[in-house]
Amino acid sequence: MARVPGEPDLLYIDLHLVHEVTSPQAFEALRDAGRPVRRPDLTVATADHGVPTVDRGRGITDALSRQQVETLMANCKANGITVFGMDDPRQGIVHVVGPEQGLVQPGMTIVCGDSHTSTHGALGALALGIGTSEVEHVLATQTLPQQKPRSMAITVDGRLSPGATAKDLILGVIARIGVDGGTGHVIEYRGAAIRSLSMEGRMTVCNMSIEAGARAGMVGPDDTTADYINGRPFAPKDKGWDQALEYWGSLASDEAAAFDTEHRFDGASFEPYVTWGTNPSQAVPIGGSVPSPDEFDDVQERQAVARALEYMALEPGTPMTEIGIDRVFIGSCTNGRIEDLRAAAAAAAGRKVHPGVSVMVVPGSGLVKAQAEAEGLDRVFSDAGFEWRDAGCSMCLAMNGDSLYPGERCASTSNRNFEGRQGPAGRTHLVSPAMAAAAAISGRFVDVRVWGQ
Amino acid sequence: MEKMVTHTGRMAPLVRPNIDTDQIIPQRFLKRIERAGFGRFLFADWAEDEEGEPIASFVLNRPEYRQASVLITGRNFGSGSSREHAPWSLQDRGFRVIIAPSFADIFRANCCKIGLLAVELAPDQVEALAALAEDDPAAIVTVDLEAQTVSAPGVDADFNIDPFVKHSLINGIDGIAATLERAHMITEYEELRPGFRPSLRGSGATNNGERHG
Repeated sequence: MARVPGEPDLLYIDLHLVHEVTSPQAFEALRDAGRPVRRPDLTVATADHGVPTVDRGRGITDALSRQQVETLMANCKANGITVFGMDDPRQGIVHVVGPEQGLVQPGMTIVCGDSHTSTHGALGALALGIGTSEVEHVLATQTLPQQKPRSMAITVDGRLSPGATAKDLILGVIARIGVDGGTGHVIEYRGAAIRSLSMEGRMTVCNMSIEAGARAGMVGPDDTTADYINGRPFAPKDKGWDQALEYWGSLASDEAAAFDTEHRFDGASFEPYVTWGTNPSQAVPIGGSVPSPDEFDDVQERQAVARALEYMALEPGTPMTEIGIDRVFIGSCTNGRIEDLRAAAAAAAGRKVHPGVSVMVVPGSGLVKAQAEAEGLDRVFSDAGFEWRDAGCSMCLAMNGDSLYPGERCASTSNRNFEGRQGPAGRTHLVSPAMAAAAAISGRFVDVRVWGQ
Repeated sequence: MEKMVTHTGRMAPLVRPNIDTDQIIPQRFLKRIERAGFGRFLFADWAEDEEGEPIASFVLNRPEYRQASVLITGRNFGSGSSREHAPWSLQDRGFRVIIAPSFADIFRANCCKIGLLAVELAPDQVEALAALAEDDPAAIVTVDLEAQTVSAPGVDADFNIDPFVKHSLINGIDGIAATLERAHMITEYEELRPGFRPSLRGSGATNNGERHG
């Protein structure tokens, strides 16, 4: 909105999403400085990171998490901010709730004190993850100073190979460009394989842009975008809808637009992926095997790979299909939407969880949960021996008590396989929802393209 | 924000690539609502065993690196989560400067906001500093933000930094106050925003945690 020589651009923020973990210090600092929240009407909050996913009636038993959620509720009340609290049917993971409510629309600027804010770019918005000092800045001014990032095009031509999903696409992209391949860039995903993704799939792709280090990821708005938004609670209505459609139609980047960095991939080259290491780029197709540190040129990389294999307790050369698992987590802002649950349920239908494996299915929001129950997915999961839970971030980052025990190995539909991410000394393998559900049934990773036939 | 003009101190070498913010401060320490006191959780899973006992070999537990105020580390430092608790924990532990071949974007932005200086040097310069710190833990490095130089025995390097970030750090600028000086521009912009943009006004959502809808 403003450009002053010698200063970063001042970006006006159309929507500020807030959750309990990264906001309390920002609200406190505002209070101490006597500054009001400038636009509570452009701010929305929900409790997601620390909320329990079972026995909600008992409240939050962890004293610190309870205090954090109570602080969020009090801060929102004091500042007139809309909040979907733990008892609200619309509560859920902030990145699932925003689009679901129709609050995320093309051409908007969106921030949240959470790195997976990149999710919202799927709807053609510029969505940036920020820290707590920046949360405070946005609360006080509704603006954020930003240097213009570089632009990157990731074009995926053709179609994904059968059995490969949006999750496999983004895991494959990160495996190819690296965990810092997108640093300093906003990625625009283009090409026929991206266009043919559903809005849920696009959100999965944009969500993990941060795992390639990008500031944001986005997909140009099209009919899929408008159809997704239409009729949602905060979608434009009547004359506003017509104006919005006209504006959204003007936003898509030119086919011949120039980018600072460009990558082009064939959709058919993406197969179901599984990570073997401790960052999301350390992934191979399900038909592959655990690599050896010797395969890497850079000495630091070799050491990091050796360290990752030691942490993951994996031997080089082990086929991915021979890796057995203890736990399965289906959910998160990456893969906790209705389509993800349908894919997991399709793999689980009529089957039973493998003896010794335990499975959590955690819907991304209360409304996703209700929708899944209306479709009978909860019964499919229960019949298969999967636990059906309440909405939240849950074991994606294990802040709410849902956690791996040390040494446990988990097939997870979440976004990070960092050391300790799902619990101290826990071992995480990132996969798609169908791959996770199939692993739950088989007790090890299987290729969903041939499994069960 | 703390001012940062020039800093002289000892170094601690922790040269691994892609150290993520989950390692800098694990999630279980993010539940506190205070801003201070995160230093004792820094690199908790690398610094302590499962019983909470210090792992003596971890670099920040070694007595010769206790006084270090400059962290020498690997590329893409601070990747992953946006948690500002990561730079808070480094600063609270006494670090004033982080030197690496590259940083993750959000981590670097968070550092700028709190007066923790993130300096990018070429990989061979970072390795030279790390080698120096390993050979002689008492070696002193000087980071001069005004001159944009890093100097230590046998290492003299220049670094680039965004001029506005430099200005803000040297003067300890309150970014919010600076933006609020432009409040009239924000108001003018707000009056021009299209009416179809979503607003929470009158949304009927709960503000007090009571069930609604």
